[in-house]
Amino acid sequence: MSWFKKLFPSKVSTEQSSKKGVPEGLWSQCDKCSAILYGPELQRSLYVCPKCNHHMRIGARERLTRFLDKHGQVEIASDVEPIDHLKFRDSKKYKDRIAAAQKKTGEKEGMIVFRGKLCGIPIVASSFDFSFVGGSMGTAVGERFVRGVESAMEQGVPFVSFAQSGGARMQEGLFSLMQMSKTSGALARLAKANLPYISVLVHPTTGGVSASLATLGDVVIAEPNALIGFAGPRVIEQTVRETLPEGFQRSEFLLEHGAIDMIVDRRDQREKIANILSLLTNKEVILSGEDIKSGKDESAE
Amino acid sequence: MSFDYLDFERPIAELQQKIEELRRMGTDSEINISEEITRLEKKIIELTVAIFSNLNASQVVQLARHPKRPYTQDYIDRIFTDFVELKGDRSVSEGPAIVAGMARLDGIPVMVLGHQKGRKTKEKLYRNFGMPRPEEYRKALRIMKMAEKFGMPIITFIDTPGAYPGIGAEKHNQSEAIARNLFEMSNMRTPIICTVIGEGGSGGALALAVGDRLFMLEHSIYSTISPEGCASILWRSQDKTKEAAEAMRVTATDLRELGLNDKIIDEPLGGAHRDHDEIARRVKEVLVDTLNVLKNEPMEQLLEARYQRLRQYGQNQNS
Repeated sequence: MSWFKKLFPSKVSTEQSSKKGVPEGLWSQCDKCSAILYGPELQRSLYVCPKCNHHMRIGARERLTRFLDKHGQVEIASDVEPIDHLKFRDSKKYKDRIAAAQKKTGEKEGMIVFRGKLCGIPIVASSFDFSFVGGSMGTAVGERFVRGVESAMEQGVPFVSFAQSGGARMQEGLFSLMQMSKTSGALARLAKANLPYISVLVHPTTGGVSASLATLGDVVIAEPNALIGFAGPRVIEQTVRETLPEGFQRSEFLLEHGAIDMIVDRRDQREKIANILSLLTNKEVILSGEDIKSGKDESAE
Repeated sequence: MSFDYLDFERPIAELQQKIEELRRMGTDSEINISEEITRLEKKIIELTVAIFSNLNASQVVQLARHPKRPYTQDYIDRIFTDFVELKGDRSVSEGPAIVAGMARLDGIPVMVLGHQKGRKTKEKLYRNFGMPRPEEYRKALRIMKMAEKFGMPIITFIDTPGAYPGIGAEKHNQSEAIARNLFEMSNMRTPIICTVIGEGGSGGALALAVGDRLFMLEHSIYSTISPEGCASILWRSQDKTKEAAEAMRVTATDLRELGLNDKIIDEPLGGAHRDHDEIARRVKEVLVDTLNVLKNEPMEQLLEARYQRLRQYGQNQNS
């Protein structure tokens, strides 16, 4: 803390406390169209710009608690915390990076898993938190995901995943690579039990997460204009020494090349995924009041 | 014989040169130099033992990438009989960065697959430097499924810098191709034995490395990202490659300590490239022994054990 800040009592500190996933202050600006947006309204539209439909970042916990029906949400595996297997240190100690990420996000790890209902259909859902070390997948992330998949199997319910990650967490060395096979192995068991797996790809999803759990969905959905791919665009550019085509590795590109089934606006995901699960499991969807009045219709111009 | 000495082997190379000079002199000199040569040869061995028993991570990386190191095809030629190569993913392309086919291991029919690097420029290009694309993974999966169908155990050799980061690879959904192999291999109803023979580079390696056993050659490496890639991301500097290699603990020995491989196969003194026949003999011995154990295991038990291997990676052991 600089000397002049010390002069102020903490109550009038100029530092803004950042609540999880909520943009600071009452007003914020769209990263894309620069429209000035009213905080509560933005929150209601799930951080999708009502003016240009740009999908901004949303925290994992907020995403899941607003994706699932309000009642009956139970968090899974929250006791699984990151481990510094290698006593890894680069310019910073891995332990310190974790501590900083925990402080920043208020979460213990960048993977949140909930059991709950989606329009009345019991499911288990997981989400990466990109603000936590770039949504990277270390052992605790893999473990939380797998516990979620196993919980779905125990209850005989579908599993829905929201992926958003830079890839494997290299500070955990080969342990992080093994999370790719671990999560894929768990999903293979889910598949064997004939339970649906819906994978939603959020900007950005690359590397080890893209090359494991994210692309294994029975149905693969992407949010609009998300960057999705195995290698990052810069690495590809350096390798092939070509400028990449416009829109390369974006959701629309993936749809065109057959890598995903559909692109779904965040505000429509509840209803869309509920409908898919209803068809796959032949269960009835119960639309609640929150679905009818919330989301796109309200925020549309 | 020239071994393409690496920089840290310079003292060995110098002694070797001395011996050769002496030999040349010996023919037109009357003094008996054979004693001196014997003395130097003994010294070379001592020196090699000393250097190789104290390798750091980045030296192991160099050995794992040694241009004369035996590649998958070298092992296939020496270990298996009746090899019949199979090609193509049946939809887009061949995929020469992975070589695959059926063969016999100690008389037992198996499928063998491995990344293949090239020796000379033309072959290197043809093999895409051992960097698989979606076509390679899908070809591998097709052949592994055939192995499952006919009850043939699967033997894989891992030796790749990583999956190929190209435009076509992304268009053809490289992510899914890798993921699909992990998904299928975790549950494939036949024994799978994996051996890292050189470089185990990231997802490109893992897509052939999910199985019932993972062996690593003494001077092989296996990592989430190349030391170069790690250095440029975390240290923002290529000069920190050595530090990255140490910190990530990429060597067979480190990974054995961490419980991430099942066994280290010792290499001949000075590295596998010094004696292809000998290293192949050692690999074969381990493969045959392991196969004899695995082939008698009931299938459900084998698959459960395979899943539990995956399941325990990084579980909270100590907290």
